[in-house]
This record gives sequence, C-alpha cells and structure tokens, in this order.
Amino acid sequence: MNRQRRRHLEQRVFTTIMRLSLFLALGVLGLILVTVVRKGLGALSWNMLTQSSTGGYYLGSDEGGILNAILGSLYLAAGATALALAAGVPVVIYLHAYLGRSRLADLIRLAFDVLWGIPSIVYGAFAFTLMLLAGMRASLLGGILTLALVVLPILVRAMDEVVRLVPSELRESTLALGTTRLEMARILLRQTLPGLATAALLAFGRAIGDAAAVLFTAGYTDHMPDSLGRPVASLPLAIFFQLSSPFPAVQARAYASALVLTALILAISLLARLSMRALSKHVVR
Amino acid sequence: MEITRPRTLTDARRPVLWWDRGRWRRSVDALAGRGMAAVTLAACALVIVIGAALLVRAWPVLSTRSPGALIWSQTWHPTQGAFGFAPFIAGSLIVTLLAMVLAVPAALFSALYLAEYARMRSAIKPLIDLLASIPSVVYGLWGVLFIVPLIRTTIGPWADRTLGHALPLFANRNPTGYGVLAGGIVLAIMVYPIIVAVTDEVLRSVPQGMREASLALGATEWETTKYVTVRKALPGIVAAVVLGFSRAFGETLAVLMVVGNVAQMPGSLFDAATPLPALIANNYGEMMSIPMFDAALMAAALMLLVVVLLFNAAARLMLARLQTESAA
Repeated sequence: MNRQRRRHLEQRVFTTIMRLSLFLALGVLGLILVTVVRKGLGALSWNMLTQSSTGGYYLGSDEGGILNAILGSLYLAAGATALALAAGVPVVIYLHAYLGRSRLADLIRLAFDVLWGIPSIVYGAFAFTLMLLAGMRASLLGGILTLALVVLPILVRAMDEVVRLVPSELRESTLALGTTRLEMARILLRQTLPGLATAALLAFGRAIGDAAAVLFTAGYTDHMPDSLGRPVASLPLAIFFQLSSPFPAVQARAYASALVLTALILAISLLARLSMRALSKHVVR
Repeated sequence: MEITRPRTLTDARRPVLWWDRGRWRRSVDALAGRGMAAVTLAACALVIVIGAALLVRAWPVLSTRSPGALIWSQTWHPTQGAFGFAPFIAGSLIVTLLAMVLAVPAALFSALYLAEYARMRSAIKPLIDLLASIPSVVYGLWGVLFIVPLIRTTIGPWADRTLGHALPLFANRNPTGYGVLAGGIVLAIMVYPIIVAVTDEVLRSVPQGMREASLALGATEWETTKYVTVRKALPGIVAAVVLGFSRAFGETLAVLMVVGNVAQMPGSLFDAATPLPALIANNYGEMMSIPMFDAALMAAALMLLVVVLLFNAAARLMLARLQTESAA
C-alpha cells in the first residue's frame, strides 16, 4: 500500500512541476507584454506615429516620431516576403509536383532546415561582403535582399508542410485526367492557399522583427524611406539604437517602436490564424 | 488535306502539326521543371556559397595565424593585429550554456505537460507560439528594463553576499547588472518556445498504443511518460535541445543589449562578456578602418556558421531518422 501511495505521490509531484514550468513561461510572456505596453503607451502620441524622427538616433531632439521606422520596416518586410515568395513557390512546386517522395527531396528539405538555422547575423555579414564587392551601400534594396535570404527557408519549409497535407488521391486523380505536373501544381497551390497565406504572414512577421540582418545592410536614417538605393530606418533598429540614448525623449521613441512592433507581430499572428480559417472554406477534403 | 481515318492516342505516325497542344504542354512542363530545379539548387547551394564567401574574406587572418592561436589566445588588440578569439568563444559558450541550463528543464516539463496531460492545449499552444514570434530586440528591451535592474539591485548583491566568497562563479564585481546572467536569462526565454515546439511534436508522434499498453499494465500516467514515452522520444528530445542550443549560439541583438560587451574572459555569472555575434554586431562600423579587422570579424562569422551548421545538421538528421522510423 505504501508503495502505491508513493507512486501516486510521484505522479502528483511531477505534474505540479510541469504545470509550474508552463505557468512560469506564460507568466514571463505576460510580463514582457505588460512591460512593453506600459512603457509604450506612456511614450505613444499622435506626433510619434505621424512624424519622422529628427536630430539623429543618439542625441535626438524632443521633436519627432517613428514614422520613418514604421514605414521602413513595412517596406523591408513586404519586399523581402515578396522576393522570398517568388523564389520559394517554385521550390515548393518542384519538391511536390516534380520530385514527390525521393531522396533528393529529403536532401533539399534538409538543406532548407539547415539554412533556417543559420543565424541572421551571419546572413547579414555575408550580404554585407557581397554588397561591398558590388559597390553597394547600406540601402533599402540591400536590406530587402538580405531579409529575403533570411525568410526564404522559413517560407519554403512552412509551405512544404502545408502542401504535404494534400491527400495523394487528389494528385493521382488530377494526373490521371491527363494534366502535366505543372498543371497539377496549380491544383495543389489552390488547395493549399490558406496555408500558403499563413506561411507568407509568418515570413512577414519574421522579416519585420529581424534586426541583425538589416544592421549592416539597410543602415539607419532619420529620413523617410524614399528610394531603394538609400539607407532606411526599421523598427527593431529604432529600438536598439534609441534605447541606449541618455535622453528621455529619444528613449521614448524606442518604447513607442517596441509597442508598435509588438502590436504588429500580434496582429500578424492573429491574421495568420484567421486566414487559415477563412480561406479553408473552399478546400476539398 | 486532313487525315480522315479515326486517330488513336497510340498512333505514332500521325503528322505533326506546327501547333500541337499536347507537345506544347509537355515542353512547358519540362522547361518549368528545369527552371524550378535551378532555383531550388541555387537556394540549397546558398549554404556552401555563404561558407565560401566568409572563408575568402576571413582568409587574410586565417592564413597568417594558426587555428590554435586564434581560438586559445586571449589578446584582442585589433589595432596591433592581435586577434585572439578566446574571450568571445568563452563568452558565447557560457551565455549559451547558462541559457540551456535555465531553459531545458522548464521547456521539457512544459512540452511533456502540453503533449501528454494538458486539457487546455488548444489555448496554451498559441501562446507558446506567440512567445516564439516576439522579435529579439523586444526581448532585449525587456531584459534592459526588467532583468538588468533586477540583477543590479537584488540578485547580484544577494548572490555575492551568500555564495560569492566561497564560489568565484557567483562573485559580483560588476555593479551595472549587464552581464552573463542577464544574457543567459533573456536567451533562455527565447529558446524555450523552440525546444517546447520541437519536443511537443516528437512526443505526439509516439504511437498511442505504446502508452495504452503501459497503462494497461498498471503503470501510472507519470510512469508511462517516464519509462515509455520519453524513452521512445529520447533521440527527438536530444535533437530539440541541440536545435535550441544552436539557435541560442547565434542569437545576436537580444544578448548584445544586456550582456555588457566587454572583451574579457568572464569569470563569474555577473561579469560582462562579449559573445561572438555581439562582437560582429558591435564592430562592423570600424571594421573597414583597421587592417585585417574585417577579416577577423568574418572569421568570427565563419566560426558561428560552422558551429551552427554542425549542430543543426546533426539535429535535423536525428529528427528525420525518427520520422522515417515512425512511418515504417
């Protein structure tokens, strides 16, 4: 009897530990959100959202806001996602319509998994050396290209997982009707559209939050983004640079940037869930 | 003149018209396939291209100094051409290991609960995913605003008073709060969701029948978890931890913001350090103005790449083998 009780006690102890560790993590999540929202709301104002910053990112002046960083980040992430989609969709089609289940396909998946693991600072350093070689300066274009490299593996693997869920009967019956592989790919893509949209949103969220890759390649500026060839501000770097400033007005811009960035990320993950639900109405099961 | 007899699909001798829709479709199919194969291979070759580019740029430093000297030397004077990476390698290792020590137990217990016990799984999983999607600078900001003051005012002095005299690891010589411990805590929170997600997936791929067999023999749920599920999933759990390690090893800005950035061998949890990614990010501005400095920084990026590639490839191969095993 004693032994029985000990076994059940052990179970109780360990489930308690598990619950505690989960609550600890969720508590930290809450703490982060509360810190960001409290600091950010204090710093947020209409001018903050509608004006570009002035006076440089360290010294700064009391005037100005973070519109340049918001727009810059949106341009960077949108450009990078579009480029990554242009390269990633063919890869996914090739994997599923042309290769199917084969060793080569597994090898390609492994390569993209490994690419996913490469730290973004390494992508940044790599792109920076290429840009030096090409005589490019830190610019919006450089940032977009680098971020596209960073999110390409994320996009490919996310889309790959979605397309993999399409039942093989659908492929077989499509091919049996006499379509070519390319034509079958169109059916596959239409079937998985909600998942593809979710993957694109995921990539967008990753691109907008990444700082290490744009540090060398996109630079930072007080000006609004106006040309592909000029440096551009971004929200992550706005946080990074302005937080260490000794001036409260400049620090406030960092807090506001953090709030805007976090709100964007929350909105994107919510949208990703909704799009999954809304678009899956038309999917044949 | 058109042919009048009925044609069959297998009729090989039918005349080829200048416009043959079937042939056109097949050649489009083949051409598109080649194009997409080229895109795919180019993307996969990126691993090699990145490595080669960094190697070429780092060559001036790598060719003039022995690997041992680069890794073990502690003298870092870029202006005098002395590039010893030991402080930065040590910084990377200690911050990453600390993060793993803090994150792994919590992450594994959380994943076990999520996969095996939780009834509110559909409510909790999205929150964990959210934790993974928060940008690293936001973690850094939170570290600066919350963790660093906590260490400065509470944890640091307390550890120094109680353990500092006996164990140098806990001695607090750094009054700022920015240091290894702050970096480790922030990193731990960042890798937690990654380890949870991979472990959870691995645990859920363990066949339900194995659990049922164990329960039917009279084992408690925890005994089933301990002796059956975890044992079966162990290679996958190891892979999850390795993935978390390599993610932590390459994380840059969140760590950079709280770790203090002093080029020294950290001797205590409260000392400031500079991990490899922080070294690159801190100095890229000056790297073109000092000879060989750029090559040294690219060598740091190359080290980062090599370590992360090895760990990642190993973990992914482990997971892939597990997947084919459970499919078979």
